[in-house]
Amino acid sequence: MAEEKIRLTTPLTDEDVGKLKVGDTVLISGVIYTGRDAAHMRMVAALDKGESLPFDVKGQVIYFVGPAPAKPGWAIGSAGPTTSYRMDAFSPRLIELGLKGMIGKGGRAQEVIDACVKYKCVYFGAVGGAGALLAKSIKKAEVIAYEDLGPEAVRRLEVEDFPVIVVNDVYGNDLEKEGRKKYAVE
Amino acid sequence: MREVQVSEVTEVIKKLCMDANYYLPEDVYNALQEALKKEKSPVGRSVLEMIIRNADIAREEKVAICQDCGLAVIFMEIGQDVKFVGGDLKEAIFEGVRQGYKDGYLRKSTCHPFTRANVGDNTPPVIHFDIVPGDKIHIVLAPKGGGSENMSRVTMLAPGAGLKGVKDFVVQRCSEAGGNPCPPVIVGVGVGGTFERSAFLAKKALLRPLGKPNPDLELAAAEQEMLERINKLGMGPMGWGGTTYALAVHFEMEPCHIASLPCAVNINCHAARHKEAVI
Repeated sequence: MAEEKIRLTTPLTDEDVGKLKVGDTVLISGVIYTGRDAAHMRMVAALDKGESLPFDVKGQVIYFVGPAPAKPGWAIGSAGPTTSYRMDAFSPRLIELGLKGMIGKGGRAQEVIDACVKYKCVYFGAVGGAGALLAKSIKKAEVIAYEDLGPEAVRRLEVEDFPVIVVNDVYGNDLEKEGRKKYAVE
Repeated sequence: MREVQVSEVTEVIKKLCMDANYYLPEDVYNALQEALKKEKSPVGRSVLEMIIRNADIAREEKVAICQDCGLAVIFMEIGQDVKFVGGDLKEAIFEGVRQGYKDGYLRKSTCHPFTRANVGDNTPPVIHFDIVPGDKIHIVLAPKGGGSENMSRVTMLAPGAGLKGVKDFVVQRCSEAGGNPCPPVIVGVGVGGTFERSAFLAKKALLRPLGKPNPDLELAAAEQEMLERINKLGMGPMGWGGTTYALAVHFEMEPCHIASLPCAVNINCHAARHKEAVI
C-alpha cells in the first residue's frame, strides 16, 4: 500500500497502536484470531452470561474472516476480510476488555470509532476480495472454538507480514472520510 | 425432442462452480488493468495491484479468488425441444453445487437465517429458469458474495421521479455503500416490471460483458453519467479514497405498471465471477 511499511508483532500494546496513524501500511506478524458474525454473537452472549471468552482478547487482534477450506499443501483456503459494520454492535464490548486491533473491510459506526479512541484500539483494513493473496501470509490455522459454525468458527492464525492499512486510529481519524474528501470532484 | 441425462447437468454445474470461483473473467481482469493505469490515488493503485495479483494466484493455483465463494446463482435457459431424463432436474442441479463446492475447496456460505447454522453444502442455489426455442441448454453460473449483495436495494419510485430519480437513487446508494461492497464495483441497475422483476433485471445486467453499453442510446448515456457521478465521489478502491469506485454501470429496462417505477440496484464486487456452458 503506502511505500513505507510499519512492522508489528502481536500481542499489541497501547504504545504500539499509539504510533499508528490513518493511512499507514502495517505488516502484522504473530498470532491473530478470527471471528465474524456468528462468533461475535456467541462471544457477547457469553459475556452477558458471565462466561469466559474462547481466548483472552487483551492485546489481541481479531480478523473478521470466514476462510475457504484449505487445499492440500495450504495452511488455509482463501482468507480475505468480510464487511465490518456487521460487527459494530459487538466490537465495543471486546474493545473495552482490551482488544487492540480489528481487521476487516468497509466503514465502522461512530460507537466503534469512539471506543477505539477511549480504550486505544485500531481498526485495520485488508483488501477485500484478495483472499488467495492474503492466505499466503497465513502460515498456520487451527480452530479453537465454535467448530460447529464451520467457516465462522474461531480460529487461531499464525501470520507473517500480513498486509493491512490503518482505517481508524486511536485519535479518531477515519481513512474513508479523509480519502473521500481528498479525491472528490465537485 | 432431444433427451438429456440429468447426470450431465450435475457434471456441468459442478465444473462451473469451480471454474467460476478460480478464474476471473477476462473482461473484468482487463478492466482492472485499465483502472490501474488511470487511478490517481497511490493507495488505490496498490489495492488494484493486489487485486490483480490475487486473480493471478487464484488462476495459477486453482484456489478461490475470494473466500466468499458466494451463493450459486444459476441462469438456465432450456430449449423447448429438450427432454430431461434419468431423474429430477432440480436435484441434479443441487448435486452439482454440492460436489463443486466440496471438491473445489470452496466455502459453503448458506445458513439458517436465525440460528445461523450452516447448511453445510452451499445449497440451495438460486435458480432462474427460462424456456427458449431450440434443443440446447444454456447455463450461466454466477457465484454472488454477501458483502456486495448486502449493499443492493430495490425502491418503488413514483413515476414522476423519472430517469433523474433513478440516476439519483443509484448514485446515492453507491455513496452510502462506501467501502463495504469491495470496490471497484460493477453496478447493475434494473428498471421496470414489478418489484421482483426489477431486481432480476439488475442482477442480469451484471452478466453483460463489462463496460459494453446498452444498445439504447439514452440508456447508454445514463450509464455513462451515473458512472462518472459515482467515481467523482472520490471513494476509490476499497473506499480508501481514489478515482475508481465503479468499473461500469449496466442499466437494463422493461415496461412497468402505469402506477409504478420499480428501480433496483444490484452491486457486484470486483470479483465479478461468472462462467457459462452449453449442453
